[in-house]
Amino acid sequence: MLVHTALDRAEQVARHWSAAGCPVVIHVDAHVPRKTYKAFAKALGNAPTVRFCQRHKCEWGTWGLVAGTLSASEMMLAEFDEVRHVYLSSGSCLPLRPVQELIDYLAARPQTDFIESATTSDVPWTVGGLSDERFTLRFPFSWKRHRYLFDKYVDLQRKVGFKRKIPNGIQPHMGSQWWCLTRQTLSAILEDPERDRYDAFFQKVWIPDESYFQTLARLYSGNIESRSLTLSKFDFQGKPHIFYDDHLQLLRRSDCFVARKIWPRANRLYDGFLRDPEGAIKMTEPNPAKIDRIFAKAVERRTRGRQGLYMQSRFPHEGFEHSITSGRYSVFQGFSDLFEDFEPWLAKATGTQVHGHLYSPERAEFAREQKVVNGALTDSPALRDYNPTAFLTNLIWNTRGERQCFQLGPADETAPIWFIAKDPNAQISVISGAWAVPLFKSNRNFADLRQEAARLQKLEAEQLKVLRSVWAKARLRIWTMAEFIEAPMEPLQSIIDEMGPHSLRRLTEAPKMADLSGFGQFLQNLKNQGMHPYLMGDFPVSPPGLNQPKSPRKPYLVQ
Amino acid sequence: MSIIQSYRLRLKRKQLLARAFRKRREIKSVVDRTDGIQGDDILAFSTLRNERVRLPFFLQYYRDMGVNHFLIVDNDSDDGSREYLLEQPDVSVWSSKHSYRRSRYGVDWLNWLQRKHGDGHWCLVVDPDELLVYPFCDTRPLRALTDWLDASSIRSFSAMLLDMYPKGRINERPYRAGQNPLEIASWFDSGNYSISRNWKYWNLWIQGGARARMFFQDNPEEAPALNKIPLVKWSKKYAYVDSTHMLLPRGLNLVFDEWGGEKASGVLLHTKFLDTFSAKAAEELQRREHYSKSVEYLAYAQSLDDDPELWCKWSEKYINWRQLEILGLMSKGNWA
Repeated sequence: MLVHTALDRAEQVARHWSAAGCPVVIHVDAHVPRKTYKAFAKALGNAPTVRFCQRHKCEWGTWGLVAGTLSASEMMLAEFDEVRHVYLSSGSCLPLRPVQELIDYLAARPQTDFIESATTSDVPWTVGGLSDERFTLRFPFSWKRHRYLFDKYVDLQRKVGFKRKIPNGIQPHMGSQWWCLTRQTLSAILEDPERDRYDAFFQKVWIPDESYFQTLARLYSGNIESRSLTLSKFDFQGKPHIFYDDHLQLLRRSDCFVARKIWPRANRLYDGFLRDPEGAIKMTEPNPAKIDRIFAKAVERRTRGRQGLYMQSRFPHEGFEHSITSGRYSVFQGFSDLFEDFEPWLAKATGTQVHGHLYSPERAEFAREQKVVNGALTDSPALRDYNPTAFLTNLIWNTRGERQCFQLGPADETAPIWFIAKDPNAQISVISGAWAVPLFKSNRNFADLRQEAARLQKLEAEQLKVLRSVWAKARLRIWTMAEFIEAPMEPLQSIIDEMGPHSLRRLTEAPKMADLSGFGQFLQNLKNQGMHPYLMGDFPVSPPGLNQPKSPRKPYLVQ
Repeated sequence: MSIIQSYRLRLKRKQLLARAFRKRREIKSVVDRTDGIQGDDILAFSTLRNERVRLPFFLQYYRDMGVNHFLIVDNDSDDGSREYLLEQPDVSVWSSKHSYRRSRYGVDWLNWLQRKHGDGHWCLVVDPDELLVYPFCDTRPLRALTDWLDASSIRSFSAMLLDMYPKGRINERPYRAGQNPLEIASWFDSGNYSISRNWKYWNLWIQGGARARMFFQDNPEEAPALNKIPLVKWSKKYAYVDSTHMLLPRGLNLVFDEWGGEKASGVLLHTKFLDTFSAKAAEELQRREHYSKSVEYLAYAQSLDDDPELWCKWSEKYINWRQLEILGLMSKGNWA
């Protein structure tokens, strides 16, 4: 048992092992003050099968840990003849199952060495970006204390092409440092005539405690089971996860023999697991799958986070969001100008949340005239325009699971067009030039209309430029108005099909298009005033003759 | 350029520390029990004025969480707050009759106390109306969090301010001493926060919530900042710059992940909106001792005359930290 802190807990666990008939050899880190060590040794003095071996200075990632393990192993094999399996554990390990179950389990597998051991090329554990190079470079600087020098020296060696020779052509293996070896294998490693050479080599390897026994066991063991009996999970930085009181049930159900690391103050865990066994002895295999999942999720959360969430501890740089919004949404430009009842129609056809112009200068026009929506997001234009992208990402995040649709127009100048254009979650459909329809219908002086038309056309042209830029990633559809009214149902159907499964049926009802008779003339009048409306495409000027019958508007029907 | 900026910030930090040193004369020790502080104790620092009614719950809340000692500056209370604090065995009290505003809202005083007593400790800086919530706070004491932060080499922990409010008018239900203020102010806004980066100090600037929604609709840039870093493994070289919103050295402000992941974070439940609020707002309006000449209180006072209701249909009712984590207001990060 390797111990360096929380000696009171180590004492408790050592007693537990020894009371169950397992001799314990403890290695205490030489950094522990002599006085503390003495007190610890004295406290365990009355346990007959507990021994203390020679102390070494242990620092993470250095040889001291292996040296300590070797001393302890030697003492264990020399002093306790009846020992067949040696289990390496630490002061923060906790046996989860009755020790007798472990004894029986090992007795049933007398020749098996449980040691996780894989070749360097086959494992993804590369903290610090080093795998093979752990063995071939030199590491005179501490990774924890002198990270800068450590990194620079590694870089230098790479540049120079320095490589150490691996003795006797052994094949480096790595794996969890918590193993359980048979007397045969362990003694073979300890008594190897070449051991001095190996030791000298591994003394300069980085994190030798994860490779020394893992490599050498391969030389002697006839039966390696490459897994650790100790449940030990690591986070994305290679730091062990810690277990707390609230993991009690989870650990119980895992059926693992030993878990690490346990928080020293997790009283419920220590009280719960260091009791005398009750009930029948089980012979089940360890099953850490559930715990694996929980910790894998934690790593995922830490490295990838929740998509489209911006919060106090997740605020990615542009380009590192993984997804800039949390769900898909649809943006319509010109539809509510061209159709008189587009919004209610769309809501009915798709069952989605259909807002008006969210970025209207007057207020955010939420669906059903609401003043506040999900997440207490308000329609205040000042709050919205203070951070227009946050307004959108908030809305999409707050309504996760419910698709949002909203209208956009050239007059909505504060809308974050670039943001929406770059978002693959956005489905944008534009009928260009449709802003002219409300002008056409309005009862205003022509001079005003002309000025307004020129302004809107300019704004829309700028928006379209953004939407068509090479950086745009949204699903984009743009029609000129003339194009669109030729056959309006087809594009509507394809937009709605793309929106999701709830609208697989064909559209049965079309939205009502505004009456456009005279629109061509309206555009011509604009032209005559020197303003050139081009975004709506080509509209024929309907003949102005008084006696000619008005040609009926081209009907569009649902097929 | 960045070297020059780093140097400027270094000067700024030194200046803050010098200022704290100068301002130490403004606070007088009333009872000093700091001798009893052990090497790895968790310390809480606070400045307060007339908070007698909140103190019993406040102290108990943080004691239960595992705070070992409280260091409190009493800014001239006359409601018995000081007398109450003197009776508490784990509280050291300083008092000051000097200007709260000119001590930069108490930051100078606390910077000094933290420099003197906080070095090497995990220090929590909270107001009496702020209740810290962190991942697993229902099953793990604060010590579990600080141990984990230590093991992960993390020096500072973010906890955004979340404004809590009652349903109905804020004067409707009186708050009694010792009562959990969340029984009354149990609602909050879940998704109307806007965040931007402060490139000078590297911190995030968070605004929004109920206060922005109700009182700052027309001038959102003046809405109060909600980003806070209340829990720090203190060193005497550190200094809070502006309340607990940001620190120097600025590396301490990097409590968020910039590459798409989530770091662990908590929430400070801000239970300001109890029936005690109107009186407080009226008084602060007289004293003009709060931020930006009390523009905040001015805005409140105007709206409060109309007897507003902060609650709306989309307010969320507080349940526990897991709810806040699901809503995306805080995160477990890789603590599991």
